[in-house]
Amino acid sequence: MSSQSGWTREQMAARVAVDIPDGSYVNLGIGMPELVAQFVPKGRELVYHVENGLLGMGPDPEPDAADPDLINAGKKPVTAIPGAAFFHHADSFTMIRGGHIDVCVLGAMQIASSGDLANWSTGAEGAIPAVGGAMDLVAGVRTVLVLTQHTTKTGEPKLLERCTYPLTGKACVDRIYTNLAVIDVTEQGFVVVDLAPGVSLDEVRAATGAPVGVGPALQHV
Amino acid sequence: MIDKQVESLEAAVADIHDGATIMIGGFGEAGSPIELIHALIDQGARELTVVNNNTGSGGVGLAALIQNRRVRKMICSYPRTANSTVFPELYRAGEIELELVPQGTLAERIRAGGAGIPAFYTATAVGTVLEEGKEVRRFDGKDHVLEHGLRADFALVKARRADRYGNLDYSKTTRNFGPIMCTAAACSIVQAEELVAPGDIDPECVVTPGIFVDRVVVVADPAHESHLVKEGRTYP
Repeated sequence: MSSQSGWTREQMAARVAVDIPDGSYVNLGIGMPELVAQFVPKGRELVYHVENGLLGMGPDPEPDAADPDLINAGKKPVTAIPGAAFFHHADSFTMIRGGHIDVCVLGAMQIASSGDLANWSTGAEGAIPAVGGAMDLVAGVRTVLVLTQHTTKTGEPKLLERCTYPLTGKACVDRIYTNLAVIDVTEQGFVVVDLAPGVSLDEVRAATGAPVGVGPALQHV
Repeated sequence: MIDKQVESLEAAVADIHDGATIMIGGFGEAGSPIELIHALIDQGARELTVVNNNTGSGGVGLAALIQNRRVRKMICSYPRTANSTVFPELYRAGEIELELVPQGTLAERIRAGGAGIPAFYTATAVGTVLEEGKEVRRFDGKDHVLEHGLRADFALVKARRADRYGNLDYSKTTRNFGPIMCTAAACSIVQAEELVAPGDIDPECVVTPGIFVDRVVVVADPAHESHLVKEGRTYP
């Protein structure tokens, strides 16, 4: 099965956005998680934290208005909303490590059915290890959401019984959004709570490297 | 009379010794004190240990300091970014040391160092390879890793405004590591865009109180790293 079946990237981001409650303080990881901000349902206000020192990130700037003094964690120019705050790194990570950020959305290389996450290094010989704030986010943010394709580019499962790459954190992931399904990490392991249109439970199971249970809302499937 | 202004970049970095540990502010290009780093390259100190979130980009600023073989060891959280080639090449060749630290732990180690706190426990990195070799202790039913405060001989920091007491403010997200690095270095050297009269920075709005700053040098129109990289510039 292609890793591209089911939801598109934009639909995956939108599926995440509907689950984030109004008024949440949110940290979006670099890459696909950044798309989530485009799909927040009308009437909800989220405040975006960027760990290099801004609470209240706004939309992308016009190209000619980009300010090298105002960037996000991906080092791209951003804007600040009215009501934003700037702060230094120790304050920024006090927000993360002290449990003040409600939700983060992160990418993943591998997720174990225990909720272990690997998203910073393949551990390969000659690779330059770079961790950034990933370990702080999974240790401190109250709800950790993962947004990722269900399988790798070569079709290998990313959801496994055990991660083989170096961990970012142990038992830290709450919910996973893939192109095929929305999956909770529970004490019983992976549990599907939503399926992309046209995707069957068997397809999800075939693309997953660990047992997959079914949540109450999908018992009829 | 207290007057922390020094006349030139050259004078500001003149006494940095070989083997010094230097905290350099900035997250990517935002807050990177490029002119102070270039003055340090001219000054010639080597065998440095540098604390920065990244390892610079292109062939200017921190990347140029590394490329000129002045840095023995980097302490950082994210040593590869777009346009960052100098550090990866030396690292793969085994010619530069790396101490990889999670970003929040790096910030907290600097904060602790500046606050006279020798070590602290944190949940970050528990159960990962970055926990290896460190003491682990359980608090409230959860494991935590012992991390040590970090201090430096010098800090190089970029600010927006300074006064003769060394009070500082910053521009937007350039603040990042500046305030905490100023607290954790024995000698904090600041390049500011503007020197203002005492009181011009509202005491309610002073971000770094002058007690944490030792030297201020004015760089009125600092270069932006991304602009220099785009132009393909190198230093010297």
